[in-house]
Amino acid sequence: MMHLFIDLVYVILDTVWDVVPIAAIIFGFQFVILRKPVPNLKRIIIGFLLVLLGLGFFLEGLQAALFPLGRLMAQQLTDPAFIASNNSDGILQWWDYYWVYLFAFAIGFATTIAEPSLLAVAIKANQVSAGAIGTWGLRIAVALGVAIGIALGVFRIVTGTPLYWYIISGYVFVLVQTMFAPRLIIALAYDSGGVTTSTVTVPLVAALGLGLASTVPGRNPLLDGFGLIAFASLFPIMSVLGYAQLSEWKERRNQHSASRQAAIPKKPTQ
Amino acid sequence: MNSLKAVWSALFESFRDLLPIILVIGFFQLAVLQQPIPNFGEIVIGIVFVVIGLTLFVQGLNMGLFPIGETMAYAFASKGNIFWLLCFAFALGFGTTIAEPALIAVANEAASIAATGGMIADNQQDRDSYAQGLRYTVAISVGFAIIIGVFRIIKGWPIQYLIVIGYSGVVIMTVFAPPEIIGIAYDSGGVTTSTITVPLVTALGVGLASSIKGRNPMIDGFGLIAFASLTPMIFVMGYGMLV
Repeated sequence: MMHLFIDLVYVILDTVWDVVPIAAIIFGFQFVILRKPVPNLKRIIIGFLLVLLGLGFFLEGLQAALFPLGRLMAQQLTDPAFIASNNSDGILQWWDYYWVYLFAFAIGFATTIAEPSLLAVAIKANQVSAGAIGTWGLRIAVALGVAIGIALGVFRIVTGTPLYWYIISGYVFVLVQTMFAPRLIIALAYDSGGVTTSTVTVPLVAALGLGLASTVPGRNPLLDGFGLIAFASLFPIMSVLGYAQLSEWKERRNQHSASRQAAIPKKPTQ
Repeated sequence: MNSLKAVWSALFESFRDLLPIILVIGFFQLAVLQQPIPNFGEIVIGIVFVVIGLTLFVQGLNMGLFPIGETMAYAFASKGNIFWLLCFAFALGFGTTIAEPALIAVANEAASIAATGGMIADNQQDRDSYAQGLRYTVAISVGFAIIIGVFRIIKGWPIQYLIVIGYSGVVIMTVFAPPEIIGIAYDSGGVTTSTITVPLVTALGVGLASSIKGRNPMIDGFGLIAFASLTPMIFVMGYGMLV
């Protein structure tokens, strides 16, 4: 148990190294170029320290508890012996990997909900839109996108189809969606593609991809193990745009039916 | 009393964010793989750490990262010096990416692919220089992305035009890039934006859009992250073609 706390100190020190260049840039520009006093400087510095401590605890906790188990699980689920135990004829087809698809979907969704960068963007979007975009609504839309993306990415590794087919058709789909989506959501939707994949998602998803690419016959882990992150950054754009389109369509339909109801004269009762 | 209550509810919210992972891992371990959970005690402590960490992070976000990003955006906008703003944009993009651990891991992975594929000589020195070159390429591309993104906010260009150009760039590069690099290049877009960069860059964009007249923070303020995940794909494929 003790080693957890010692590791924690190391992880926090590592995080300090990640933050030093950022803090140097910010405070350098602040004091050399802008030369303006920062309001609440003390509060901001405390905020930075809290972020440091928070990320330290967060990363150490993930490394101690969830990553080892998640990685082991990815290995066991992609093990040919486990997959073959579900089928009788001994020849593995792409549908025999259904537990892997389900795991990819579930872990993609779950890790995205816990992703701190996405939480930060959701908080900001909620503030900027004055509450119109709910933090949970956005996060669930993004998480569903990641879940579908990773499940499809796993399917691609199993079937061995080229990555760029999926990504380029995804781009075309996103561009068509953009033409019809409400303007307010477009920039946020594009952003949500980039924020989904960081501290929590990448390690677990990378383990899944590499595990699968090294056990599926005919796949090369170096060539086929990559690409899951790309799926996880593309599909949230679609799901967030879709979510906005759906809520706009619903609202319009409600208004439409409300105005129709208002237009129909009420039947005289009796 | 009230602040204690606030702490509890903040901790509870973080726990709720983590609950899906706990459920998914628990379900697959116990029901699908039918194995016991190893090191139960450590896992519980780990989960407590994650919950504490997430709570502190969100607190620090609202106290430190968001306010400083916005304060600087307002200060740059009122100073009216675009040159220094763009310098800051580049420094922020480059500086936060070059030290990113996920990027270092991906760059090393890419170097071993290149060595196996015969693109570079298979020795440690060549691999290291290949990986380092790749890291600088990605960091420069992110700095460049934030410059373009900030410039877009100042000019008020619609984001989709720039995204169309970026996507076309990715598609064109895919045709010419060596096939070994494509997977890495596509992935490098996702790994560049770290947990500290995202809130800062978002606050910068939203702050700029709300302090420049005629810009809407919702339409114009977001989008910086989108560029930061798009340009590395193009640059990494370019790197793969040149080296």
